[in-house]
Amino acid sequence: MSASTSTTARPAAPSGGRIAYAVSDWRTITWRNLLTYIRKPDLLVFSTIQPVMFVLLFVYVWGGAMERSLPGDISYVDFLMPGIFVQTAIFAALQTGVGLADDLQKGLIDRFRSLPMARSAVLAGRTAADTVVIMFQIVLMFIVAYLVGYRLHEGLFEALLGFVGAVLVGYSFTWVAAFAGLSLKTVEAVQAATFTLVFPIVFASSAFVPDANFPGWLQAWSHVNPVSIWSDTFRVLTLGDLYTHAPSDLVGDVPSLGTLLWQSSAWFLGILALFVPLGVRVYRRT
Amino acid sequence: MCSLSSLNEAAIVVEGIEKRFGKVEALRGVDLQVRPSTVLGLLGPNGAGKTTTVRILTTLLGPDKGRATVMGYDVVRDAERLRHVIGLAGQSAAVDENLTGLENLVMVGRLYHLSSAEAKRRGEAVLERFELTGAAHRPAKTYSGGMRRRLDLGASLVGRPEVLFLDEPTTGLDPKGRLEMWDVIRELVSDGTTLLLTTQYLDEADNLSDSIAVIDDGRVIAEGTSDELKDRVGGEVLQLRVADRSQMAEATGVVFGLGPGSANTNNDAGEITLPVGNEGPAVLTEAVRRLDDAQIKLADIALRRPSLDDVFLALTGHAAEERSEDAEAREEDKRKRRGSP
Repeated sequence: MSASTSTTARPAAPSGGRIAYAVSDWRTITWRNLLTYIRKPDLLVFSTIQPVMFVLLFVYVWGGAMERSLPGDISYVDFLMPGIFVQTAIFAALQTGVGLADDLQKGLIDRFRSLPMARSAVLAGRTAADTVVIMFQIVLMFIVAYLVGYRLHEGLFEALLGFVGAVLVGYSFTWVAAFAGLSLKTVEAVQAATFTLVFPIVFASSAFVPDANFPGWLQAWSHVNPVSIWSDTFRVLTLGDLYTHAPSDLVGDVPSLGTLLWQSSAWFLGILALFVPLGVRVYRRT
Repeated sequence: MCSLSSLNEAAIVVEGIEKRFGKVEALRGVDLQVRPSTVLGLLGPNGAGKTTTVRILTTLLGPDKGRATVMGYDVVRDAERLRHVIGLAGQSAAVDENLTGLENLVMVGRLYHLSSAEAKRRGEAVLERFELTGAAHRPAKTYSGGMRRRLDLGASLVGRPEVLFLDEPTTGLDPKGRLEMWDVIRELVSDGTTLLLTTQYLDEADNLSDSIAVIDDGRVIAEGTSDELKDRVGGEVLQLRVADRSQMAEATGVVFGLGPGSANTNNDAGEITLPVGNEGPAVLTEAVRRLDDAQIKLADIALRRPSLDDVFLALTGHAAEERSEDAEAREEDKRKRRGSP
């Protein structure tokens, strides 16, 4: 008798507004993480300088040599930038893992887990905030690249599709990083592990150079490597026939846009399908 | 039905909780009861299982065995509703050092699903109460250790919890910060919040708690008010301090066997404490006579009520604030497993 009165006197569990509460929690956590970036401008500055440096180094150091290996009507910067956008998105996404490990070490994750908030919000809010940062970095990269001669050769719609795709690539990798961050638990371990994992994926691909002259085994890897597929998709979207009809001894056999879009989406969805549940599972158990 | 009505009488009920991390048995069957609007001090050395107990009661960890409820909510089955009625602060939770004090509190308020206006109002009230209003718009990383703890405690109050858990709220604070924190905690419980406080400081448990549970090696080994626990040592304690510390070993040997219990020595302070039951004056006289015969000079000698230090020593055979290597290794192991530094 007294048991039932005491139970009903408690605040009811948010059953009706569950989704509304989850959305509200997600917004709060996203806001908190974006605020953290604004409060730590050094982090944002250095993580932006790095990709800008990549553009300048690649274009000016490798550019001269690379022009000879490319078809005459494709400049190296036009070939390179799609790969750089994908690389920037992936590297920036790794920050998600570092941020979560930091929150874990400092006890913030414990605080969140003791609050009556949606269990999904900490991860969803973190990945969303980091995706906003990825967007910001890609826009900045575009401006820098434009100044050194980068041009879009196809329509605005195709270009937008390419940029949205690059941001989505980053988003999928924020979930890979989230899983790594919560599993490895320390900032140092997360940094070491994710960079070690990501380097061979990003560099053993057609992101920075055509893979036509890779040794056979490496070419086989590069052809299934999502970074190659995403970079080539972006290239076809921004270079059009210049790229698809380029001599295959220089750039290899470029698949059709349809095939590339299909493969790109499959990788994107596949990574999310694997790492979202994995990330949520470690979060619940941590 | 019977068990349900007994649940209603206690704000926190813990029954036979066990928890192991790999090979380490962190909790080996903990039982506790905390009545509403009282303060329970969970007292024990590092690695005794205090933090693990708090983490289970705040739903951060699941127990391997046993059951526990907070305000009638089961820590496993009703975890989500339980989180509505609790607050957690101390080494088990933290604030975001990049956000300002107010932003931290508003964030927590929003996560309790308060409106923005209400979250801000409560945040400002908490800052006012903890004398942080002047620092409201400064990032928390600019705060002193004591200010940060107060903000951390404040964050746990934004949701107006019925039961508050403070995990070592003063560990790492300087003496001034510690006393300030005590004032804050005393004021806090004066309005009827139920509090479970963990500490490795005996004076803290003595000063802040209505009742004390002594935990050691994953078990509650004694429970009661501070007076009840002191009675368990059995009457009074004889405390003496030698004038020349080089004579400590000799002095210990001389008083050996006096009184009903065994002597505790503190070499740094040159102090020997000895439970004397109700034969205080006789033991005192005998001790003075023997020390005099051995030509050991005393700086001080007195009969007094036992402190919680004496109680802890009597119960466990080791001092409370001693950090044995075992305990540290165990704690380290635990932290690694759950990823805290």
